[in-house]
Amino acid sequence: MQIDPAVIGSTSEAVLMEVEKGAIRAFAHAIGDENPLFTDEAYAREHGYSSLVAPPTFPTTFRVPIPQVKFELSRVLHGGQEYSYTRPIVAGDVLRCVNQVLDVYEREGKQGGKMTFLVTRVKGEDLDGQLVFTSTSTIILR
Amino acid sequence: MQQTIDWSEVEVGCELEPLVKPAITKVQLLKYAGASGDFNLIHTDVETARQVGLPGTIAHGMLSMGFLGQYASQLAGTQGFVSRLQVRFAGMVFPGDVLTCRAKVTKKESNQIDLELFVEREPGKALTSGEATLTLRP
Repeated sequence: MQIDPAVIGSTSEAVLMEVEKGAIRAFAHAIGDENPLFTDEAYAREHGYSSLVAPPTFPTTFRVPIPQVKFELSRVLHGGQEYSYTRPIVAGDVLRCVNQVLDVYEREGKQGGKMTFLVTRVKGEDLDGQLVFTSTSTIILR
Repeated sequence: MQQTIDWSEVEVGCELEPLVKPAITKVQLLKYAGASGDFNLIHTDVETARQVGLPGTIAHGMLSMGFLGQYASQLAGTQGFVSRLQVRFAGMVFPGDVLTCRAKVTKKESNQIDLELFVEREPGKALTSGEATLTLRP
């Protein structure tokens, strides 16, 4: 296997992520998403948010490495992704993020050869310790 | 933005108005790499893409998921938020592709709407497919 299953359960250091307005706008613009909740702070405030709202896939910008897990980036394919939220992320949030290896397993590829699957989950809490989001990624090493 | 949806009028099984995205450009992939922090060169450098056996650069899977996030957020509007978004990446997406996001209502329960949603290039062939939950304000 390209990743030692012994890494299952290992976690990253906790990383504090500060959610900035500019980062939200740049991310929304790159997607071509002009939802005013993501780009217009006055509009977001009018609708009950303290600042700009982050798009649902925004936590992909939070890179939280797990030291025991190493691979060559260009050999990696993204297999699946899930986000769940207790509330939307907004600019000004400071989120304490920890990443953990949930699973490592091997499957036969469609064109033969074995592929290694790596499943990781980032949990993000606010500074009061309330869970805000989880992000579960499945990546495939060819 | 499309008009606000009256969710009390929308029934399970209903297909929602699709979102058609403009063609993906190489500049968009550069912007997305920068904004997301995903600097895997298979998305922005042809040489690297070919070295790993791809026909050319491919779009970030997360960009397609971002389109579905845009679509789901647009459906929720200001009535609520996207409380869950889950996808599987099945097919590759290339610069120049015009993608359409489609959704169908699969469940309605108190203040939650479940959707099945996918991204297609040709009709009926899902490249990225998954589910979303919209949580509406009471």
